[in-house]
Amino acid sequence: MDLKDLYRDVILDHNKQPRNFGRLEPCDTSADGNNPLCGDRLTLTLRLDGDRVSDIRFDGKGCAISTASASLMTEAVKGKDRAAIEHLRELVQQALTAHGESALPPAELGKLAALAGVREYPARVKCASLCWHTLHAALEHHQHAAADPVAASARASVSTE
Amino acid sequence: MSTTDMTTPDLASPYSSAPYDVARVRADFPILGTTVRGKRLAFLDTAASAQRPLAVIEAVDRYERSSHANVHRGVYELSQKATDAFEGARERVRRFLNATSLREVIFTRGTTESINLVAQSWGRRLGPGDEILITWMEHHANIVPWQMLCERTGATLKVAPIDARGELDLAAFEALLSPRTRLAAFTQVSNALGTVLPIERMIAAAKAVGALTLLDGAQAVAHQRVDVRALDCDFYAFSSHKLYGPTGLGVLWAREAVLRDMPPWQGGGDMILTVSFTKTTYNELPYRFEAGTPHISGAVGLAAAIDYVESLGLERIHAHEQALLGEATAALRAVPGLRIIGEAAHKAGVISFTLEGVHPHDLGTILDDEGVAVRTGHHCAMPVMEFFDVPATARASFGCYSDRADIDQLLRALGRAREVFG
Repeated sequence: MDLKDLYRDVILDHNKQPRNFGRLEPCDTSADGNNPLCGDRLTLTLRLDGDRVSDIRFDGKGCAISTASASLMTEAVKGKDRAAIEHLRELVQQALTAHGESALPPAELGKLAALAGVREYPARVKCASLCWHTLHAALEHHQHAAADPVAASARASVSTE
Repeated sequence: MSTTDMTTPDLASPYSSAPYDVARVRADFPILGTTVRGKRLAFLDTAASAQRPLAVIEAVDRYERSSHANVHRGVYELSQKATDAFEGARERVRRFLNATSLREVIFTRGTTESINLVAQSWGRRLGPGDEILITWMEHHANIVPWQMLCERTGATLKVAPIDARGELDLAAFEALLSPRTRLAAFTQVSNALGTVLPIERMIAAAKAVGALTLLDGAQAVAHQRVDVRALDCDFYAFSSHKLYGPTGLGVLWAREAVLRDMPPWQGGGDMILTVSFTKTTYNELPYRFEAGTPHISGAVGLAAAIDYVESLGLERIHAHEQALLGEATAALRAVPGLRIIGEAAHKAGVISFTLEGVHPHDLGTILDDEGVAVRTGHHCAMPVMEFFDVPATARASFGCYSDRADIDQLLRALGRAREVFG
């Protein structure tokens, strides 16, 4: 296992120059992600067109894996609807935890496949998946808020330990 | 003594004047001969947990093979052997701390449980208006039990500040003491910064206002001699596994006069004399505070660990680690972009640092790839991280077996990190 498989150029690039960094104001939904063990913090803000993500930004502080993963995610989900995002989320989760030679990341992951090197470093999987859990929370929150005004006033957040 | 003895000094003598032979010490630790990702293991995380010497591994093994039964119960020989081993370990701890009496030595699960015992038992007497004073550089184990106690009793938690070098503001500590202060609880050595606190002055100042004192000795006992009578504190807590002994065992030493006034905290077997549904009477000290079957093999291992560090000589271990600290600090300062967090005048063998442009967790992964084990994160001291405005640090810490090769390996690995993130 070479370190370069973890810290691929795509990851180093997105860490240094994160895409879609910042906050959308106003936004249709948002969520905070927090990894208390590492101190990684992330805030996602989204604009929605029906159940399609028309725009998304992330803000926060984290390691290269978590920053690059969030940056790559924002690029990958923009323009996609909820079902397509959920599908992508599952593929990413599989790619992060799969083992063995047969576990080559599927082509539809595109640039997100760069994160697959994380699987050799189990302690770092949470760094890469935090943004996806946070996105899931933001979308769930939006769905619940539509039905329940009380839920709408609360802030969505996830914490991975 | 024969001439041969003179020329081949015995490492087992605490009074040995021979130079500290770290290669020989390393040979006592089987794990140091293993490899990580194909590389030599540079174990620089002793502050989190120290490795075990053969003497400890074998003492536990011997006990398990030939002496185990429950303690303080059976009349059969094996039970007596186990009781002797367990109580022998208590005596070993008493001598190690120079405590007055065996009644003052309580076995717990670790430093954390020792502190919780004091908070739950002694703390019951507190109420609104009472104060507990801690410092900004405490481990969470010496913060949270007091917060919980204050919530329960209405007492107030006060925190003495630190400065940019990671030293305690002693004047502020003294100013925060008042007749309302019932307890001053502080660490002897900061686990996140390595700072050695001026505990003698702090104890004296706390006593002057009538407060009791609790010392968190988790980071101290393996690196310097501790004498609770000379310190004149009231509580002293430490963990076996940071002293080269097994995990799951710790010690609370407490002054007998203070212990006598403390109610039991956990109920069960061993802590009682008689039980009936109308009236239960509690056991004598220290058993009153040890409910249930204890970690017997752990205590046996701790006794062996104490024998081991005393055979090396705590003064010699201290000198060895201080020399490494000096060398490593100088070498790390020369690494571009490296910032040492915690530069107190008196430090133990702990160096917390950050590397510009590389998050501590990425650093931890890259160092691991080079066989270097360091802790990365907040070190269970989030207020310290907040004070220095860093989310986390990498921390290298030394033990009796650490050597220059470990430091060289760390420096090479840092070079690699700078390459990857260049």
